[in-house]
Amino acid sequence: MTAARIVWTSFVINLKMLATSSFFLVTSVVQPVIFASIAFFMYRTGDRAGTLLYASLGAGMMGVWSTTLFASGGMIQWQRWQGTLELGVGSPPPMALVYLPFTLANAATGMYSLAATVIWGRLVFGVPLRFAHPWLFVLSLPATVLSLGMMGLVLASTFVLYRYANALANLLEYPVWIACGLVFSTSLLPSWTHPISWILPPYWGILALRHAALGGDVWRPLGMVLALGVASFAIAFATFGWFEHLARARATLSLT
Amino acid sequence: MGVIEAIELRRTYRTTTGVLRRRPLEVEAVRGISFTVERGELFGLLGPNGAGKTTTIKMLITLLLPTDGTARVLGMDVVERARDVRRRIGYVFGGDRGLYERLSAYDNLRYFAELYGVSGRAQRRRIDEVLELVGLKGRESERVEGYSRGMRQRLHIARGILHDPEIVFLDEPTIGVDPVGARELRSTIADLVAAGKTLLLTTHYMFEADALCDRIAVIARGRIVGEGTPAELKRGVADGRVTEIEVFGVDDGCVGRLRAVEGVTAVTIEEHDQKQLLVVQSTGERELTQKLLAQLGPAAVGRVASREPTLEDAYVALVTEAA
Repeated sequence: MTAARIVWTSFVINLKMLATSSFFLVTSVVQPVIFASIAFFMYRTGDRAGTLLYASLGAGMMGVWSTTLFASGGMIQWQRWQGTLELGVGSPPPMALVYLPFTLANAATGMYSLAATVIWGRLVFGVPLRFAHPWLFVLSLPATVLSLGMMGLVLASTFVLYRYANALANLLEYPVWIACGLVFSTSLLPSWTHPISWILPPYWGILALRHAALGGDVWRPLGMVLALGVASFAIAFATFGWFEHLARARATLSLT
Repeated sequence: MGVIEAIELRRTYRTTTGVLRRRPLEVEAVRGISFTVERGELFGLLGPNGAGKTTTIKMLITLLLPTDGTARVLGMDVVERARDVRRRIGYVFGGDRGLYERLSAYDNLRYFAELYGVSGRAQRRRIDEVLELVGLKGRESERVEGYSRGMRQRLHIARGILHDPEIVFLDEPTIGVDPVGARELRSTIADLVAAGKTLLLTTHYMFEADALCDRIAVIARGRIVGEGTPAELKRGVADGRVTEIEVFGVDDGCVGRLRAVEGVTAVTIEEHDQKQLLVVQSTGERELTQKLLAQLGPAAVGRVASREPTLEDAYVALVTEAA
């Protein structure tokens, strides 16, 4: 009950903080729409049925991943700069529980990014919004965004230990877009890259969304995205505990 | 048994130096300090910048692991039972940082109330109580980014005592706060002591330590160089005298020459616009004024006065001795 209260109150408070950050709002609102517009222009020339919705979902997922990476990944660094990281670590709950609500708030914003992209496509580019399995799409969307959020939580845990890990994390934006085939099929990639794709939640998430929208098996990718989300949370819980101990030993919680 | 115990506590920071050829560097911030704080006591840790005060506090509040030695809070080891310790202590850092700027003071407190397990029903009442105590009642719905430094500092204290901890650690809580704000903060700290809390305070403001602390440990270069009540520390230099000499244009070697005079224990120099104030501490009742003046060379001498030692003199003597 206490853990649920912590998660809910912190989630609401973090949403408030995100809503008052103009930088974050611009990133999560404008960037996905730009991605979507570029993808629409590219795919429109192909003139194949369903490709515009395919592009719309892919661009939306690119936005979700960027939001996750910068918000969840940068969250620890931002807290360190603000001097609140030590307060969170020094509070009684496990560190993963303290920072889970931040990730959930980021994920909620990511969901908004995807919805905004799809609506933008409908209004500006006339993308038809006819879903093969609408209810499964409604189920797949939060599952995917949450799973990405948990992946963000794993990344965030490394930032507890390494003060400048966000510089490396910034490099992860494009490789994950490519490895997960967000706007193209991963069959175009060399076969040695496929196992990398399989362990990444965005790969299964975009498959679940695509199949729910355009037709195909939804349950398998949906099951995989949920399983990877749960696994990511378990990894994050362990790494937060471990890295917190190392950070206390190496004195990396504060800036100085 | 004390409620805070530090036994031979040590902390070494490992870092690197150099750009192309990085070499490991070890900095010993705390070098084996021991002290005990009794229940209901206000214990002060006094020391210059970089003496190891904040490092010591961070080890006690479980944010840093000691390299060696033991620390116990309420009988619990700070390494083995960090989570239990965290539930029963509060801490307040000085300075602007450490608050969620874009949230209101109320939301900041609500967030930390939740983390510290203040139950939903008691939360509003407790937040109102601490806001009242620190004098922020009526301003709680404003965003913290619009707060003055003094208000932020009071909010820090409110956050630190929100869950009614038995022990509160205060790390330079009045740093950078204007005199009126600092006086209000000291009054809040005195209220906490009156309410039966145990407080560990670090500061380098002597009058603050003198006015508030039951006992003080002076820390310099990571070691405790003096410990006792403010009166005991003053008595440590009370058999000597303090001579203040106002000079104009004193040369660089003057302080060294004064230190070499037999009976002189410490010399400090304070710059005041065009003049300097030499504060010379000496042992015994011997009259050294003429000998001291003889060391000043061609510098013009203004007022010369002799007075009883203060806590600041005791502090300077201890820190100088350790240097």
